[in-house]
Amino acid sequence: MKKIKKIEIKVNGKFKSVTENYKISNLVKDLKIPLKKVAIELNQEIIDKKKISKIILKKEDKIEIVHFIGGG
Amino acid sequence: MKNDKIIIASKKFNSRLIVGTGKYRNMAECAKAIKLSGAEIVTVAVRRVNIIDKKKPLLMDYIDPKKITYLPNTAGCFTSEEALRTLRLAREIGGWKLVKLEVLGDKQNLFPDMIETLKSTEVLAKEGFKVMVYCNDDPLMAKRLENSGADAIMPLAAPIGSGLGIQNKTNIQIIRKQTKLPLIIDAGLGQASDATIAMELGCDGVLVNTAIAKAKKPFDMALAFKNAVIAGRQSFLAGRINKYLYGNASSPKTGIIK
Repeated sequence: MKKIKKIEIKVNGKFKSVTENYKISNLVKDLKIPLKKVAIELNQEIIDKKKISKIILKKEDKIEIVHFIGGG
Repeated sequence: MKNDKIIIASKKFNSRLIVGTGKYRNMAECAKAIKLSGAEIVTVAVRRVNIIDKKKPLLMDYIDPKKITYLPNTAGCFTSEEALRTLRLAREIGGWKLVKLEVLGDKQNLFPDMIETLKSTEVLAKEGFKVMVYCNDDPLMAKRLENSGADAIMPLAAPIGSGLGIQNKTNIQIIRKQTKLPLIIDAGLGQASDATIAMELGCDGVLVNTAIAKAKKPFDMALAFKNAVIAGRQSFLAGRINKYLYGNASSPKTGIIK
C-alpha cells in the first residue's frame, strides 16, 4: 500500500499537517471558512478567491485568513 | 437641516456620527448601541479568523454591511507596510474601497506617525482607495495629506481612548478654514458635549468608540452622542453671536416703571 505523504503548512500562525495535493479550497472547506466574509493571503500575497481550487499548497506555505471584527 | 448631508468620497450620509465597533461587552450590545447612535458608518478591524473556535460570533452576523457602511481601519499598525497590507486585505474581503488609515508611532499615547501616514496615503490613493486619514491636529500635515489624495482629514481631539475632549480648538479651526475635505474629529472624545464642541467648530463629523462603548450605560451614551452631534451641527449652521467682554441686557431699556 502506498503511504500518504504529509506536508506541514502554517495557517494563521498555527502549524497544520495536510496531505499532498491539498488545495486552498480544501483548507477553506475543512475549516468551514465562510469564503464571502474573508480574505486569504498565501505567503503575503493576496489570493483571488475564485482561484482557490487551483492552488496546491507546498511545504512551509504560510496562509493568513482574515475577516472583520469589532474595532475603533 | 433636512438636506444637510455629509458627503464622503462622493457618497452621501445623513448621520455625522461615525462609531467604532470595538470594546463592547459583546456583539449584541455593539449592534444595539450602533442602532441607537443612528450612525451609518462604523469602523471595523481586520484580524485573523479564529480557526480553532469556529463558533465565535461574526461581526457581519450582527451588523449588516449592506445597511451600515463598514469602514475598515488599520488600528494597531505601526508601519506603512502593515497598514497597506491590512487595507489591501480589507478590500479583498468584499470590495471595500472606503477605508480609514491609521499608522501609529507610539504605543503609549497612540499618536499617529505622520511620516508613515503620509507615505501610505499616497500609495493608497494611487491604488484607487478612498482614504480617510487619522492624523495629528497639525494644519501643515493636514494640508500635505490633502495634497496626497486623502478623502477626509481626521485629526485627533486627544490621545485615542483618553476621553480628554478637544485639546487644541485653534488648530482644528485653522484646519477647518483651509480645507474643503470632510473634517472629522477622530479619537479622544469623552462625553457628548465634546462632540457638540467639535461640530460647533465647523467639523463635518465625529468618530467615537470608547466614550460610548465604555460608558456606564452605553445605550444612553449612544443616544446622547447622536443628539449632541445634531445639536452642534444646528448650532454651527445657525451662526453664533459675537463674544463681548461686558453685559448686554436682553430686555428693552425703555418703558421701565418708575
